[in-house]
Amino acid sequence: MGGITQLARLLGELDEQLITCMRCGFCQSVCPLYGETGREADVARGKLALLDGLAHELLSDPHGVQERLERCLLCGSCAANCPSGVKVLDIFLKARAILSGYLGLPPAKKLLFRQLLARPALFNKLMSLAPRFEGLLTKPVDSLLDTSCARFTSPLGQRHFKRLARVPLHRLEPPRSTPAGASGLRVAFFAGCLIDKLYPGVGRAALKALEHHGVGVEMPAQEACCGIPALSAGDTATFSKLLGHNLARLDPAKFDYMVTACATCASTIHKLWPLMCGSLAPQAQERAKALAAKTRDVSQFLVEAGLVPGQAPAPAPDAKPLTYHDPCHLKKSLGVATQPRRLMAANPAWRLQEMIESDWCCGLGGSFSLEHYDLSQQIGGHKLEHITASGAVAVATGCPACMLQISDQLSQAGRHVAVKHYLEIYAETL
Amino acid sequence: MSTAALYKEFQRLAGQENVFSDASDLLTYSYDAALLPSQPPGLAVRPTSLEALGRVIRLCNQEGLPLTVRGAGTNLSGGTIPAHEGVVVVTTALNRIVEINQEDLYAVVEPGVINARLFAAAQKQGLFYPPDPGSMAVSTLGGNVAENSGGLRGLKYGVTRDYVMGMSFFDTDGQLIKTGSRTVKCATAYNLAGLMVGSEGTLGVFAQIILKLIPPPAASRALLATFDRVQAASETVSAIIAARIVPATLEFLDNFTIRTVEDFSGAGLPTEAAALLLIEVDGHPAQVAEEAQKVQEICRAQGATQVRPAADAAEKERIWTARRAAIPALARLKPSVVLEDATVPRSKVPELVRFITDLARRYDLTIGTFGHAGDGNLHPTIVFDKRDAAQEKRVHQAVEELFDKALALGGTLSGEHGLGLSKTRFLAKEVGEATIAWSRRLKKAMDPKGILNPGKIVGS
Ligand code: SF4
Ligand code: SF4
Repeated sequence: MGGITQLARLLGELDEQLITCMRCGFCQSVCPLYGETGREADVARGKLALLDGLAHELLSDPHGVQERLERCLLCGSCAANCPSGVKVLDIFLKARAILSGYLGLPPAKKLLFRQLLARPALFNKLMSLAPRFEGLLTKPVDSLLDTSCARFTSPLGQRHFKRLARVPLHRLEPPRSTPAGASGLRVAFFAGCLIDKLYPGVGRAALKALEHHGVGVEMPAQEACCGIPALSAGDTATFSKLLGHNLARLDPAKFDYMVTACATCASTIHKLWPLMCGSLAPQAQERAKALAAKTRDVSQFLVEAGLVPGQAPAPAPDAKPLTYHDPCHLKKSLGVATQPRRLMAANPAWRLQEMIESDWCCGLGGSFSLEHYDLSQQIGGHKLEHITASGAVAVATGCPACMLQISDQLSQAGRHVAVKHYLEIYAETL
Repeated sequence: MSTAALYKEFQRLAGQENVFSDASDLLTYSYDAALLPSQPPGLAVRPTSLEALGRVIRLCNQEGLPLTVRGAGTNLSGGTIPAHEGVVVVTTALNRIVEINQEDLYAVVEPGVINARLFAAAQKQGLFYPPDPGSMAVSTLGGNVAENSGGLRGLKYGVTRDYVMGMSFFDTDGQLIKTGSRTVKCATAYNLAGLMVGSEGTLGVFAQIILKLIPPPAASRALLATFDRVQAASETVSAIIAARIVPATLEFLDNFTIRTVEDFSGAGLPTEAAALLLIEVDGHPAQVAEEAQKVQEICRAQGATQVRPAADAAEKERIWTARRAAIPALARLKPSVVLEDATVPRSKVPELVRFITDLARRYDLTIGTFGHAGDGNLHPTIVFDKRDAAQEKRVHQAVEELFDKALALGGTLSGEHGLGLSKTRFLAKEVGEATIAWSRRLKKAMDPKGILNPGKIVGS
């Protein structure tokens, strides 16, 4: 570990971006975390001030700054609403990388990322064994939500887990390369870990929709994680490894778009692959950028390509009320909010009943919810209330991570509201 | 008491999790939205009850610790920067709306309630809290009262001062002092509430504030008028008021701001215009229709090159989006922003605008001017790069000249942001030494040890 001056020099790279924060404090109105705690260190302005403090040696406690920087959902609400256009998430992720590089990764994360996540074959294999043992350790709680709660005291406390899928998507839907159909388009389908291992049904709904619309699909074998858990932890080595692995399997020349049904994957690929690929060979960087430019959320792709019928049918008289949660990574990061709603409107069996603050973060924030479970629950509590108040019997969203958090919330509160992906709603009509 | 003992004592009074002493946490309470150097406090406390707040104040006084109250920290003049270290008391946990009274039209709030929350809560009950500072989505009512914040609706509806019916506040011993009442009229005792409004945390610490609510206007109408001369725009403002029409808002955008907003948002603004007026009239539907008509006529008579009334809600929204985009658009030009608020009598607006244009040229600075033309309260906004020391120096010089000019025109140093740290040293120019000496005696009587936000308004 070098001196604090060396760290300041490393952080100096962020100066151009840090300086754009005019400290207006407007991010307070949208930060879900600050909404709970009212602590300045929790809002973007506070964290930016801390980084600025380290960079200019007003502070000499990198651990203190790192700890505060990690109290963040990386939801991007601040960046999406910042009057000064501060690229808050870019700064946070780069700073996490610099701080982790300087302070070292915690051993547990190092083990998890470098030994497991960075080795997709091993990861898949281990996860495929897990469901067989899961029943021993957990008891099913709510069949509607398909969550289970730990039978023995676990380090994860009260969390009600969505159960691992018996059979992951990559076994249900083997790798393929199908030609373009009626649409004349071909896409690569990037499943992502959560859809592959927890929600294969969502992946199947996406594939069904693509097939229905005559879109050819490219699905490579043994895709790796998009890399967001590693990036959040500042582990750029693992991220680069995952990215390299994926780049080797995805040739942008072979398809028109790359689509995903996971908001987090879409946002990571579209925005963070180009931003964080700097350590790769020039050719690989080119490829990462080309893929990023081609990446869309499924709904975004279907609407953009003009494949979804413009006129929605009127909801059936007995249509069931359905509400929708806007994932941060769709709405705030990619500006995708109307497209999923258009897809859902195509299904007359459901009637969309908007909840208030549909774009308030669900509170998961990836590893945030593991490290700050209480806060995550508190933030999720508002979502729970809003879902309930909408009177819907089902809540749809566009991100498996949000589905996980919302299921946990509903299950713990004993509310019988089904959790779905908008694609599952859409696919019912096909 | 030793620092460690003090820390323990504050924890006992306010709860362990509400006292911050880590250098990192303290750095986050060392700034506000003003462009001033960070000055971290020695300790930060976030009381969760009024009782705890009172006890914290008392302890600070006993120990002679400077105490700076902070709400959302959106102050534009450094009022919440703990210039003398000591303790920053954060009010964000004192955020209860205690009462909204529909019959007697008032609300009782704790100081940490966010302006927009009260606005929404009042609206839900069919009532209206008009003061709307630009920071209303985040700023606290305690801060609004302490700064006498204004906003876009100032011309017709007045500013925060006009809505404070009474309050209770803590003196430095932690005793609760009451002033004003829940009644429309109140001739009981000194009008201490009047003194506390705009006192920037230097005389006492708010506990509960009684705020007036009013019935909302039934209808409103917005229009956009384009001018090829600033003078014409400004004369239009005077003509509208001379015609006995008081618009709810009367906003001005200068050419530089118009062009910047247009580049930023592509809202379809006329980029060649010298000035734009954004006007909204509200009230009874029939009156609104009549006034909107008259305003249009006046604009044309005064030489507006174009007058565009908003046909529907969406168009009205577009007009206001252009105004709201002023700060974001300007802020993106350069890293640092100084948002000034020196204010002049309404009739002097053209002269001030001319002066500012000249100022920008003389000091080689980028200045966009927009703001509340009806109030003579413009916001010349200087964008620059604070890392360029020479440039920053020119900014300070230009601002100083601006103050002199505003005073020479019969205006005031601050319309709505307060003096804080940044304008204190100019106060004598406006009010004279005797006023400052008198104010210091007043402060001394209320705060004998000088612990309440030292350095602000009257210096230290
Ligand atoms: S991040 Fe943006 S919104 Fe937050 S304080 Fe900085 S400039 Fe303002
Ligand atoms: S990313 Fe989300 S949680 Fe983190 S600072 Fe921004 S708004 Fe707050």
